[in-house]
Amino acid sequence: MSQYNLSHLDQLEAESIFVMREVAAQFEKAALLFSGGKDSIVLVRLAQKAFHPAKIPFTLLHVDTGHNFPETIEFRDFLVNKVGARLVVRLVQDSIDQGRCVEEKGINASRNTLQTVTLLDALAEFQFDVAIGGARRDEEKARAKERFFSHRDEFGQWDPKNQRPELWNLFNGRKAHGEHFRVFPLSNWTEMDVWQYIQRERLDIPSIYFAHEREVFDRNGTIYAASPFMQRLPEEKVEKRIVRFRTVGDMTCTGAVDSPAATLDEIIAEVAAARKTERGTRADDRRSETAMEDRKKAGYF
Amino acid sequence: MDLLRFTTAGSVDDGKSTLIGRLLYDSKAIFEDQLDAIERVSNQRGAGYVDLSLLTDGLRAEREQGITIDVAYRYFATPRRKFIIADTPGHTQYTRNMVTGASTANLAIILVDARKGVIEQTRRHSFIASLLRIQHIIVCVNKMDLVGYDEAVFNKIVADYSEFASRLEVSDIKFIPISALLGDNVVDKSTNMPWYEGASLLYTLETVYIGSDSNHVDPRFPVQYVIRPHTAEHHDFRGFAGRVAGGVFKPGDEVVALPSGFTTKIKAIHTFEGEVQEAFFPMSVTMTLENEIDISRGDMIAKPNNAPVASQDLEAMICWFHEQKLRPNGRYIIRQTTREAKCLVKAIRYKVDINTLHKTENDLEIGMNDIARIQIRTTSPILHDPYRRNRHTGSIILVDEFTNNTVAAGMIL
Repeated sequence: MSQYNLSHLDQLEAESIFVMREVAAQFEKAALLFSGGKDSIVLVRLAQKAFHPAKIPFTLLHVDTGHNFPETIEFRDFLVNKVGARLVVRLVQDSIDQGRCVEEKGINASRNTLQTVTLLDALAEFQFDVAIGGARRDEEKARAKERFFSHRDEFGQWDPKNQRPELWNLFNGRKAHGEHFRVFPLSNWTEMDVWQYIQRERLDIPSIYFAHEREVFDRNGTIYAASPFMQRLPEEKVEKRIVRFRTVGDMTCTGAVDSPAATLDEIIAEVAAARKTERGTRADDRRSETAMEDRKKAGYF
Repeated sequence: MDLLRFTTAGSVDDGKSTLIGRLLYDSKAIFEDQLDAIERVSNQRGAGYVDLSLLTDGLRAEREQGITIDVAYRYFATPRRKFIIADTPGHTQYTRNMVTGASTANLAIILVDARKGVIEQTRRHSFIASLLRIQHIIVCVNKMDLVGYDEAVFNKIVADYSEFASRLEVSDIKFIPISALLGDNVVDKSTNMPWYEGASLLYTLETVYIGSDSNHVDPRFPVQYVIRPHTAEHHDFRGFAGRVAGGVFKPGDEVVALPSGFTTKIKAIHTFEGEVQEAFFPMSVTMTLENEIDISRGDMIAKPNNAPVASQDLEAMICWFHEQKLRPNGRYIIRQTTREAKCLVKAIRYKVDINTLHKTENDLEIGMNDIARIQIRTTSPILHDPYRRNRHTGSIILVDEFTNNTVAAGMIL
């Protein structure tokens, strides 16, 4: 009966499509959190597959810190146009201007944690009762404990010690009024799976994932892009290097890696040989031992 | 490359974290920055060694208390296979977590300390694996280095376990003598145990045959979602989306829609890439049918000569998951495939003493981590197969209708 076997990518895809359809069936109004990064690009493809030939029944939601790489924003608009989806953008700057949150100070200031405020406000504004995210369990130790269907209370909080057990493929999305869910269809995917899938599906991705020359500076071993959003210390000298990014977040917290990988084949070879995790380049995770868990409890992605 | 999902079970201090750490490390799934981070924390605590459990114990509360609270999922791959490990904690809320981890596993690794032999917890873990119908068990006899790599110790454990396991319903049990700490027989064959003629653990995981574990005999397609594009191009398209839960479907097949009982034929099986000529577990596809018949989420497409049982009365083995005890005659929401109904717990037949495996009818109070056989009456027919025949159409969860918590998982008998 060996003809009834699926490859690991096909199995992961089938599982994720099942989860996408459960979201459409169990919830009233869904947002798909779209950042323009590789994981959310895969999410969009899976959503297309799940509902073909109908359109994606979700609204794409981008929480824009204003500190994104311009290439990412350009790509976001290109992809949304290409797949014919509805996109809603909400700005962290607006949340700051409205006094909903306060900008961090100092040279390591980042709008990373402020996004939570804008995100929760946007979910309330549009009455989304579920937000689909691209988080994967292999990314980070707190995420290793996440469910596919993750319950959030009326304050948007995650309670990791009191999660609903999740068995077989029976997902319990029942909730009280005012509560919502976060759903993670890529839970079982690894960084390598995502890259292999992007290659197999020939998905477009932002140019910053590929090697390019960029003005950068070094801070505590992390290579940051020189940008108007980051203050530099006098000793932090800007230089031109050939780099690429393994993850795409804000310019203020996403480090680059020195890399000549200019094609998907080269990226996959590099990921296979990598001895550091992709989030090793993320300053937002390194603020403390449990930085991700603490942010997730507050309602972060 | 295919995919193997396995769960690991062991008692406290039997080296489970060390074993997982070694599999991850030797397959290069642990990265330098992760290793640096756990080395730093281990040193801060004055542990004197690198505590690999810190890799999986990700939550603040787990790190503070030095215990594992919840199932953690870990991933690694070799050139032969991709692996998903459901790592379940060894003590608190053990049953609940192991049942959860086992529900999606093809295989269970059960660790036995060579110095202690088959103990109560070994039997408990094996019983749960058997209850959840895991077809393959690998018993790893660990810490062989501490018993001088003695063949007699290993043989005694194999004999003890085999005698006990004859009462379980597991078809494939393998035994491997290992030292997780020193790496004997984990990735490579050990030179310290020339008397052992089997394969290393990793090689066994890479090669165990799981192709026949899924049900490719009984065609089952629980309808998950109805796709209606409402576009000019696909004006009349009405597709039934779902994931095949068993058997094989082909265009032209005569099928029956349940519970209505109407028969029709499959017009086409659609995917994003185009139409396909067959669909089988675990494919997610969309079917169109020859006739317009009323089908919605929770219905099932099967074959007229091979249909699931449709019944409002179920007997099930359940594992209770919640602090609030089962309310006899209580009302709950039952979920099975894509179907949801209300149900009443009509009777509690017996409770299983998880340590002795004895059935008791004297104490029928069902609380957290208890395993029991119950009788359920549902408001509408549940289209099911016995769990032993099909994991996907034979599994249920019970949800509390007031708190919305998942309070129990069950296997239909």
